[in-house]
Amino acid sequence: MSAGAGRHGRFARVLALLAAGLFGAAGTVLWSGVAGAQVLVADLSSHLIAITTGFTGTEVVLFGAVDGPGEVAVVVLGPKARVTVRRKEPVAGIWMNNRSVVFDQVPGFYALATSRPVDGLAPEPVLTRHGIGVDRLALNPLGGRTLAPAELAPFREALVRARLEAGLYAGSGGQVTFLGKRLFRTNILFPASVATGTYSVSVFLLRDGDVVSAQTTPLVVSKTGLSAEISEFAQRWPLWYGLAAVFGAFAIGWGAGTLLGRST
Amino acid sequence: MQVYLPIAEMSVNALVIVGMGWVAGVLSGLFGVGGGFLLTPLLIFIGVPPAVAVGTQANQLIAASVSGVLGHWRRGAVDVKMALVMQLGSAFGIAFGIVLFGILQRLGQIDLVISLLYVGLLGFVGLSMLAESVLALIRGHPAQLTRRSARGWLQRLPFQMRFPRSKLYVSALLPLAIGMAGGVMVAVMGIGGGFLMVPAMLYILRMPVALVAGTSLFQIIASTAIVTLLQASLNHTVDVMLALLLLAGGVVGAQAGTRLGTRLRGETARALLALLVVLVALGLAWQLIQVPVEPYSLVTEVAR
Repeated sequence: MSAGAGRHGRFARVLALLAAGLFGAAGTVLWSGVAGAQVLVADLSSHLIAITTGFTGTEVVLFGAVDGPGEVAVVVLGPKARVTVRRKEPVAGIWMNNRSVVFDQVPGFYALATSRPVDGLAPEPVLTRHGIGVDRLALNPLGGRTLAPAELAPFREALVRARLEAGLYAGSGGQVTFLGKRLFRTNILFPASVATGTYSVSVFLLRDGDVVSAQTTPLVVSKTGLSAEISEFAQRWPLWYGLAAVFGAFAIGWGAGTLLGRST
Repeated sequence: MQVYLPIAEMSVNALVIVGMGWVAGVLSGLFGVGGGFLLTPLLIFIGVPPAVAVGTQANQLIAASVSGVLGHWRRGAVDVKMALVMQLGSAFGIAFGIVLFGILQRLGQIDLVISLLYVGLLGFVGLSMLAESVLALIRGHPAQLTRRSARGWLQRLPFQMRFPRSKLYVSALLPLAIGMAGGVMVAVMGIGGGFLMVPAMLYILRMPVALVAGTSLFQIIASTAIVTLLQASLNHTVDVMLALLLLAGGVVGAQAGTRLGTRLRGETARALLALLVVLVALGLAWQLIQVPVEPYSLVTEVAR
């Protein structure tokens, strides 16, 4: 499969989707005129990211329409997990992990796209409530440990910093572009290291500094093909997987040793 | 060429991994050490989760050791009886090591302990080997390994056992203890433990130099097989795709190393190994004492 063909295919798909979006938008505008119903519709070019053996990351197109003026913000959250952040401190001349903070429900992925710079989008409380902006992400230490905010802050920053470096969190945020007055679209980039699981893509419509409409669409990231079969086998029959790994390695070592040993 | 690793859940450049496997393979064939003391840190460096690096490493070492031992086997350079006694000790070491690994991981000190073990063991072993082999090279004749020399209490230990292949009559407790130390290392550090066992077999057991590499490789096969099985079935940390890539380079490297080893003088080979070991130890020691660029580290709990 050549990259060119893939790109062509994707382009055609995006065009088709945009056309569909256009129809949808036209319909929505008509509808809202009649019934005053939906003010925001959005959808993804794909609801499934398939991680194959050759997976190197991918791009998903989000497109949608609004019924009137306003700004659009898109927030993508990955599956949540517990994360322990440890800090090295010098103990007897050696740097060792000393203090740690456990954060619960940390999204494994965070991406943001807005139609205009985040800071002017809405008042701070509104942005915080909807988690718009990586600094406003709700990251809470696991219950029990009560730390002063000043002590907690560096751990939180370290967590975000590490994820930003890994490309799993997007700091500045992408651009939501309007095509005309009603249609909008944005690209969401997923790096090769994305975790599998169910992601949520939330689209917010903001007017006069407040969210007037929101829509959340699921997006599934899962392994397919050989890598999926291997990991499923490893999960379901771990003992057999282990035995296969041992005997496979044995056979390879033996075969290579015999072949290469004789030929020289 | 990018390849997605199903268990490590990341995409890597296949050629980089194959190259790393090759280097480890050369070391394995040349010195009878697994090369894991280089490979584990390298894998972690490119972003493989430490647990997966350790688990997969054990799997890869099976093949590298099998391939490496064949050459020694053909030359009759394996003391099977000695290897079996060491393996018995190794089984206990592995059980202890797996428990220890879990406790240290929960405490967040596994990296520190691994680094300290490396610095301490590699530093000591490397420096003493280096001193001896450099002296021997300067003198221009191989060091006289006075076997069966009076070694005080080590010689008076109970359970004396005859090892015909090595022409030794020593307490079985010695190979048991050496195997046990190796077993702990396979489980905790994901390495064969050859870098410690090879000198121990030379200097404590006083085994003939020609038999040491083959015997330690033979024993490492069994240890790594046990660890692979345990890691795969208990922790799901064996990535066969990663192991396969490492192997592709490893088996070729091991052959090259074995051939190179037959040409290299024993003293030169040992001096080179010692130098490498000391360099790795110094690098790790430096990392322990210098102010870290990023003092924070993350551990994500895997939701399975």
